[in-house]
Amino acid sequence: MATQNQQQQHEQHQRNGSKAPAFVNGENPLKKLTPEQIEELGKEFQKIHDDVYDDLGESDAVYIRSLIEFHRRLAVLSRIVLMASRYWPAWVLGTTGLSVAKILENMEIGHNVLHGQWDWMNDPAIHSSTWDWDTASPASAWKHSHNYVHHTFTNIVGKDKDVGYEIMRIDPKQPWHPVYLAQPLYNILLALFFEWGVAVHDLDFEAIRKGEKPKKQVRDELRAIGLKARRQIVKDYVAFPALSGKHWKKTLYANLTANFVRNVWSYAIIFCGHFPDQTYTFTEEEAVDESRGAWYVRQLIGAANIDGSPTFHVMSGNLSYQVEHHLYPDMPSSRYAQIAPKVKAVCERYGLPYNTGPFRKQLGSVQRTILRLAFPGGRPRPKPGPYRRPPEPPAAKADQNGAGRADELPAFP
Amino acid sequence: MVETGAKPKISPLRERLQRAARTLTTPLLPDDYIALMNPLWSTRELTGTIERIRRETADTSTVVIRPSFEWPGHQAGQYLRIGVEINGIRHWRAYSITSDPGHPDGLVSITVKHVETGKMSPYFARHAEPGSIVFLGDVEGTFCLPDPPPAQPLFISAGSGITPIMSMIRELARRESLDDAIHIHGARSADDFIFDEMLRGLAERHPGYRLHDHFSSVKGRIGGATIEEICPDWRQRETFMSGPEGLMSALRELWKREGDPELLHQESFQPVIGLGESEVGSGGTVRFRVTDVDATCEQGVSILVGGEQAGAVLPFGCRMGICHTCVGRLAAGRLRDLRTGDVHGEQGEMVRTCVNAPEGHVEIDL
Repeated sequence: MATQNQQQQHEQHQRNGSKAPAFVNGENPLKKLTPEQIEELGKEFQKIHDDVYDDLGESDAVYIRSLIEFHRRLAVLSRIVLMASRYWPAWVLGTTGLSVAKILENMEIGHNVLHGQWDWMNDPAIHSSTWDWDTASPASAWKHSHNYVHHTFTNIVGKDKDVGYEIMRIDPKQPWHPVYLAQPLYNILLALFFEWGVAVHDLDFEAIRKGEKPKKQVRDELRAIGLKARRQIVKDYVAFPALSGKHWKKTLYANLTANFVRNVWSYAIIFCGHFPDQTYTFTEEEAVDESRGAWYVRQLIGAANIDGSPTFHVMSGNLSYQVEHHLYPDMPSSRYAQIAPKVKAVCERYGLPYNTGPFRKQLGSVQRTILRLAFPGGRPRPKPGPYRRPPEPPAAKADQNGAGRADELPAFP
Repeated sequence: MVETGAKPKISPLRERLQRAARTLTTPLLPDDYIALMNPLWSTRELTGTIERIRRETADTSTVVIRPSFEWPGHQAGQYLRIGVEINGIRHWRAYSITSDPGHPDGLVSITVKHVETGKMSPYFARHAEPGSIVFLGDVEGTFCLPDPPPAQPLFISAGSGITPIMSMIRELARRESLDDAIHIHGARSADDFIFDEMLRGLAERHPGYRLHDHFSSVKGRIGGATIEEICPDWRQRETFMSGPEGLMSALRELWKREGDPELLHQESFQPVIGLGESEVGSGGTVRFRVTDVDATCEQGVSILVGGEQAGAVLPFGCRMGICHTCVGRLAAGRLRDLRTGDVHGEQGEMVRTCVNAPEGHVEIDL
């Protein structure tokens, strides 16, 4: 029956002039592609990357520098306003400003600079090797656990330590353990204290337990986290409150609030990147001797986007373009919006899904999974079919013919 | 790690204040906020403002630069790495400094030959203008005037090779030490003679400085006969030469054959080292903690080369210890500098992987 179904779909694709093979909902779409198609597709994805890299220049540099400058001005202003935090309007204004500043600094700036997205500028002040960010996790540890482990072994259960961060059961392939009964509770704690979760996660407890990590390295990393933590705590909870004099407590609460806001926001965006229902996870066998093309497909279907406005995308560090980010982790994030149509076109030609959805829907499906998988069992959720371009309304068509909208850099606040 | 400008010289007071202010600015530096007011006030790296650009010949110009902080000084003959940003990307290149050390107005100058296919020289030839910002790296080079300066120097230069020699002659003139200096300069024609007016003026004011031009379009390349004719006592003179490699190797041969090679000094950028040709140190093993690669370096093999052989993708630039692109933080172990043979290395130090070899086991954050 299924075979017949596939046959029908196959014929339909051929009629549409699409290279897409039959696609069975829920099965790894990679299995439906021939090795030639996978190689071809790999080249197409690579070309999107190389075209952008050939085009990088002055206007990209202006974008990141303006954003960095905006963040610094906003941070200074907010801290100054908070010196008067005993007046509630100043408290609200300062806390809001500081929250936005911290979010921008962590997401659109820090995360992306540490990925090496701006290394091509060769500017020592905006470079993955020199940057450190306003969060508890020291940059060097994070670059290993995130850039290397997570971005190389994305969604391979057992290898990608970001699948549940070693404390949550987020995929039915992970064996159940009674401790997961508590995960709905510590899920909330993780959201509030996300930066500390990330800092500790970088240590990789599993590797330490198995003795895969030299003791000296563990000691050095612990010392680095301790040093970073001390600086962060002294700044937000001692030094700046002290500047507010005897009303120091108000400023301390303001800083604590800003850190919570940033933590919850980054938690929400990051959990929507890989844990919504649409995404696939993989076994280690599936990724053995993987070709470049197959790597691209794994990145594509292991991630999910969030729909939103240009401001939303900047505030999420363009991780709302998680699909594009995982295909091209070293591409300046400001270019993701521009290449999204090209990625979708490749998906359409090869019958691959392009995962995206509204923020509430994506976050809702993540929370549902966290609740469900706290208990034993659970099955993979239904997956979307191949990407289909929505029919264009006539008005939108006219608009697209306008002056190269896709080339514009996203607005930032 | 990425190549960066020199660390500016600042007062101990400012340094102490900035260190204290880091409590508030961490993980950024106070400089990052100071730069919001004026980028030139930042002490992250030494920058310079172009004061003026003077055309020397059809294809060379002199760029005069005002450093953002007090010029750390240089020795006549040394070169400076200069960074400029072109279409959002910073490029670096080394240029001989043509100004003499200790200029009263604190300016430095370089003289750039325009190479159409180059990256930097078209920038200086067409796009740079007074007010443009450049980045100033460390001053390097061992081709310089000894102290005290030689009493009877002979200078032999050709083409744009005159640039380090110019700095030396200016230095000698400023110190009133041009008592018996002979300078043979080769150029294609009179129009291609860089600094000709300046040098002729100098020769008029300083009888002890004798300038001989040698135009190759008429007389061919400078050779033993030319030198013999202009300066019969060349064998006894401390000689400084700078020019195309063909000329320099011919003169090296001449000095080896008939003169004293000890007295011949030449401009030479250090050769690429670290490939295992030198027999210094013990070699060792390297653990690259970020890339997760373990490498073994034979005797004389640099950390960079050893790591690359083990399959690690590591940053590199000049591969001769100039540009600092390859640096990584040393987490443990001792290193041997392949240029000097010295053993060094403190935990946490930023070290150049291209000129250092492990001495035993080394761990590095790269």
